[in-house]
Amino acid sequence: MLPISRRSFSSLAAAAALSTITAPHVARGQTRPRLVVVGGGFGGASASRYARLAFPGIDVTLIEPRTSFITCPYGNLVLAGAKTVNNITHSYDGLKGLGVNVVHDWVDAIDATAKTLRLRGGATVGYDKLILSPGIAIRWGAVNGYDEAAAEVFPHAWIPGNGEQTALLRRQLEALPDGGVVGIAIPGNPFRCPPGPYERISMIASYLKKHKPRAKILALDAKEAFSKQSLFTDAWNELYPGLIEWVASNRDGRVVRVDTREKVLETEFGTKHKVDVANVIPPQSAARIAIDAGLTNESGWVPVNPRTFEATRAQHIHVIGDANIGQPMPKSGYIANSTSKQAVAAAVALLQGREPPASPVYFNTCYSHVGDEYGISVVGVFRPGDNGFTETPNSGGVSPRGPLAERREQRRLEALYADAWYASIVKDAFG
Amino acid sequence: MPRKLCWIAALLTASIAPALADPSKPVPLIAQACAGCHGQYGAGQGATPPIAGTPKEDFVKVWAAFRANERPATIMNRIARGYTDEEVATLADYFASLR
Repeated sequence: MLPISRRSFSSLAAAAALSTITAPHVARGQTRPRLVVVGGGFGGASASRYARLAFPGIDVTLIEPRTSFITCPYGNLVLAGAKTVNNITHSYDGLKGLGVNVVHDWVDAIDATAKTLRLRGGATVGYDKLILSPGIAIRWGAVNGYDEAAAEVFPHAWIPGNGEQTALLRRQLEALPDGGVVGIAIPGNPFRCPPGPYERISMIASYLKKHKPRAKILALDAKEAFSKQSLFTDAWNELYPGLIEWVASNRDGRVVRVDTREKVLETEFGTKHKVDVANVIPPQSAARIAIDAGLTNESGWVPVNPRTFEATRAQHIHVIGDANIGQPMPKSGYIANSTSKQAVAAAVALLQGREPPASPVYFNTCYSHVGDEYGISVVGVFRPGDNGFTETPNSGGVSPRGPLAERREQRRLEALYADAWYASIVKDAFG
Repeated sequence: MPRKLCWIAALLTASIAPALADPSKPVPLIAQACAGCHGQYGAGQGATPPIAGTPKEDFVKVWAAFRANERPATIMNRIARGYTDEEVATLADYFASLR
């Protein structure tokens, strides 16, 4: 008898789960439309939950390799020691309880012609409409010397995965000697979570100021400007004077090479920065599955129809979240959540021969914590345009500037609302 | 299925359904985005106030005040300016219909 490995057991379980969902309909001689969602982050979880609640007549399957989800948002608070990885880990039980058929496996291939997915566990899953929310991949090697082995020394902590990257960076910060230097390499646009690196700088600074007041942060940026820049800069000057040095690309800020043995970040013009801890936030692309399925263009991201999110390169595959080309919308959890609902509603309408919902509005709010009781935000209201997406004129934007003495209540409230946002959007995605 | 089981199943369904989609009417797509901060079905979340059950007229009036910067706000003023009167009316109708 062949031993049953864990892998084959889980694929058997997945196959069993799939068959239990489809069997009753076969028995009734009916075929319910099958919506399959790949990727259980903010986009995919929101799509699954919304589809299950809004369209009881369709089968909803979510395929996600991990059995729990660790959020990127609030990961920077883990680095500061204000939250634990456990605090930002969420289960799929809420979605299962609603009747989403959750299958824990990797999707190895998409056959857009046959409309099937091949799972690593061996099963083949058919779909009528596919919602693909695969997230990002790191472009290993785009920064010379930055490969998977280097990430074990200089963590990226940008794809949470099993939480180990974030935990590793936290341990390194805890072990940093007072007076040490934390180097942070920041990529050019586009990348996941535009204000994220700067919230991270702030949260690490908050930790250092309390526990290692002689330590410094050296932030080396491949850009000349960044999200909420004036607000972040004001906060750094007010809260952490002298602690943070941010270097723009036009002042030799672009990191082109790393040396994990010598603990060096090397920039474009050959400057070698010796650091004690390094966080390399590397250049990114859409996740591997989107590239392998031929959905991406030369940019490495997926062009989509701005009303339906159907990939321009494949019918019946709607791509949401960080993997698509959504600018000026940011690659954020809120945008993934907001756009997932239009994508699902459009996919179901097309399946039923109806017009997709007209005049959608896509909404984003990104809060950043910069210190204790100090939150800032950027808001955006977006719509489909003639060519991609457009931001609604005279709306949105960032929190008002001004000295902390004058803005204390605004900052305090935004920090509170940020916490409420986190709880609220997690519930909207995961139930 | 025996008649008694059917009856029990019907009861169970009746008691579960409102909890799943409470309130049971569909949420307009445009109101979906509010759930990112204001909780499920406008019920509020933590420090973010509830909006469910706000009379339509009040909802529209408050929205207009946010839009004109005539009401203290952290972010709703920036949000309010992004929506048309017609869209605000849809939001107001929906949240007024919730209890």
